[in-house]
Amino acid sequence: MNYDNKKAWILLIPALAVMAITAFIPLMTVINYSLHYIFSGSIPEFVGFANYVDVLKDPKFFGALGRQLLFSIAILMVEIPLGIAIALSMPKKGVGVGIALVLLGIPLLIPYNVVGIVWRLFTQNDIGLIPEVLGWFNYSYNVSLNSADAILTVFLLDVWHWTPLVALLSYAGYLAIPDAFFRAAEIDGASMWNTFRFVTLPKLKPVLVLGFLLRFMDSFKIYAEPLMLTGGGPGDSTTFLSMFVARKAESYELGYAGAVSVIYLVIVMIVSWLFFQVINRIGQGGTK
Amino acid sequence: MATIELRNIWHSYEGLQEDDTKTKYVLENINITYKDGAAVALLGPSGCGKTTLLEIISGLLIPTKGQVLFDGVDVTNLSARQRHIAQVFQFPVVYESMSVYGNIAFPLKNDGLDPGKINKRVLEVADIMEITNLLNFSVTKLTSADKQRVSLARGIVRPDTAAVLLDEPLTVIDPKAQWGLRRKLKQIQKELNFTMIYVTHDQHEALTFAEEVTIMQAGHINQNASPVELHENPETTFVGYFIGSPGMNIFDVNVSKDGIVAFQGTSLKISEEIAKQLYEIEDSLQLGIRPEYITTHVSTKDNCISGKVKLVDDNGAYQIITTIFDEINIKSRLAESVEVKVGDTVWLEFNQDQIKFFKEGQRISFNK
Repeated sequence: MNYDNKKAWILLIPALAVMAITAFIPLMTVINYSLHYIFSGSIPEFVGFANYVDVLKDPKFFGALGRQLLFSIAILMVEIPLGIAIALSMPKKGVGVGIALVLLGIPLLIPYNVVGIVWRLFTQNDIGLIPEVLGWFNYSYNVSLNSADAILTVFLLDVWHWTPLVALLSYAGYLAIPDAFFRAAEIDGASMWNTFRFVTLPKLKPVLVLGFLLRFMDSFKIYAEPLMLTGGGPGDSTTFLSMFVARKAESYELGYAGAVSVIYLVIVMIVSWLFFQVINRIGQGGTK
Repeated sequence: MATIELRNIWHSYEGLQEDDTKTKYVLENINITYKDGAAVALLGPSGCGKTTLLEIISGLLIPTKGQVLFDGVDVTNLSARQRHIAQVFQFPVVYESMSVYGNIAFPLKNDGLDPGKINKRVLEVADIMEITNLLNFSVTKLTSADKQRVSLARGIVRPDTAAVLLDEPLTVIDPKAQWGLRRKLKQIQKELNFTMIYVTHDQHEALTFAEEVTIMQAGHINQNASPVELHENPETTFVGYFIGSPGMNIFDVNVSKDGIVAFQGTSLKISEEIAKQLYEIEDSLQLGIRPEYITTHVSTKDNCISGKVKLVDDNGAYQIITTIFDEINIKSRLAESVEVKVGDTVWLEFNQDQIKFFKEGQRISFNK
């Protein structure tokens, strides 16, 4: 290996410049904010870790974090198995393939805020389809008054919006499994469940890992949909972490918002690392 | 173990058309019987239908027409599982989430055997396949060759295995390991007396493994015979050309009653007795002779045909000389020690006993 190759650095400059502008400088700015007391118009005052102490004493922060974690866990527990189930029941050839792919693609093509607005119309009390239908069963559904309704609706919205991603990934992975594996399982007399468990699932693992990480990261920063649908309410019942940060920044508590952001980042990194470890361990494991 | 009989097998992937003449068959009227304990190779170029035939035997495919019989019992509509077939695929098919032990035990577990019996049988089979030391490894850690051993072990672990089918099992194995695996296959075939059917497009693999080789071409069986027979007496020009490296020289000739065989402005003499027999059938035939039965001389000699050298291939053990006669090329062997260059004139001497004649691709038999 040639360590003196300084020309290589020249080639890296464009990438590093983009990184600096999009990631490094904003990150430094946020860290800088988090160490100051800033209120709009006033001169920033250095306060050390006081903002962090405030955040860690704030029950509202822990409320948002807890909701966020529960939400991400819940959607993963539903979207991953549901996505696999959809993928396995999709047609493998013929015209049905195109139709199924388009149907799955539609939710993925719609921007987050539009999804939020569409669902808002769905759920709005006087004109929405959902309150109307539930009304027939004597259930008075109301996202702006009932916390449970609001949380469940955001959850369903996410499942509707993102399960297709898991399904498409799984479908691609499923089609890539050589037929010989299923034939071998058939010859070995494996039941349907055993075929799924010992052939399909292990073969889907790489794409599922990807789907898992994508869905975790994306759900962990959910913002636009609950903003459009419920505005974070009623109360704080659908205020997730990113909305919590945004609220603080909007109210010009930039130092506090900066501290939350840094904590947020650390949490994301820890959780991602944990996932990575777990996934790697599953990958290496062999059972009798 | 079982005798495998195929009766009038026709297969089309599109299924029968209303007008049967329009059906596109990949296999046409296959009739063959493999006796119990036979080591058979199905040999043919890619796309000749050999894998389709294998899948029909294994029960992964049901033929459009015809019957498959195991020991005289019709199994055409039975699944692979019910036929007690073991199959080894082109690339190693193993269950990645299980250990080697788990892989081999899997079919027995599915059959609901009790753990003691499973354990005993797995150890037996692992011993046969020489993978006892790998039993507790995760299969993902093995080489392709060892994975293939595991999948073969899994195939033969059921005590009632009727036949082992192998679909180009050495394709992804590196050459060094191929040798050991081929030896192992041959050994278990002999010792356990398995009926084994080995599909391949590699004649070397087929001829070294099998006692009986079925040569297929475009959905038909060309010839089913021992390797020696295929080499000495190919039934068709296809077999002649396909077997051997290089394959048989085959070219159009005109035979006259007096024993003159003329082609491309030159001629050679054969016995009049044979010539008469041939002439009665047809005067325009194809002549076939293997390169190893043509002696190449670098100086003039009687009863030879002479031509210019077009190509010299040296494989290290001997040279293959391609000599041009107008529109045809004749390949012959030459010892390493003789020096021949492109453009030189050589004299080719045909071994009279080894000249074959074909009409419309089929070999003509005659009395010597």
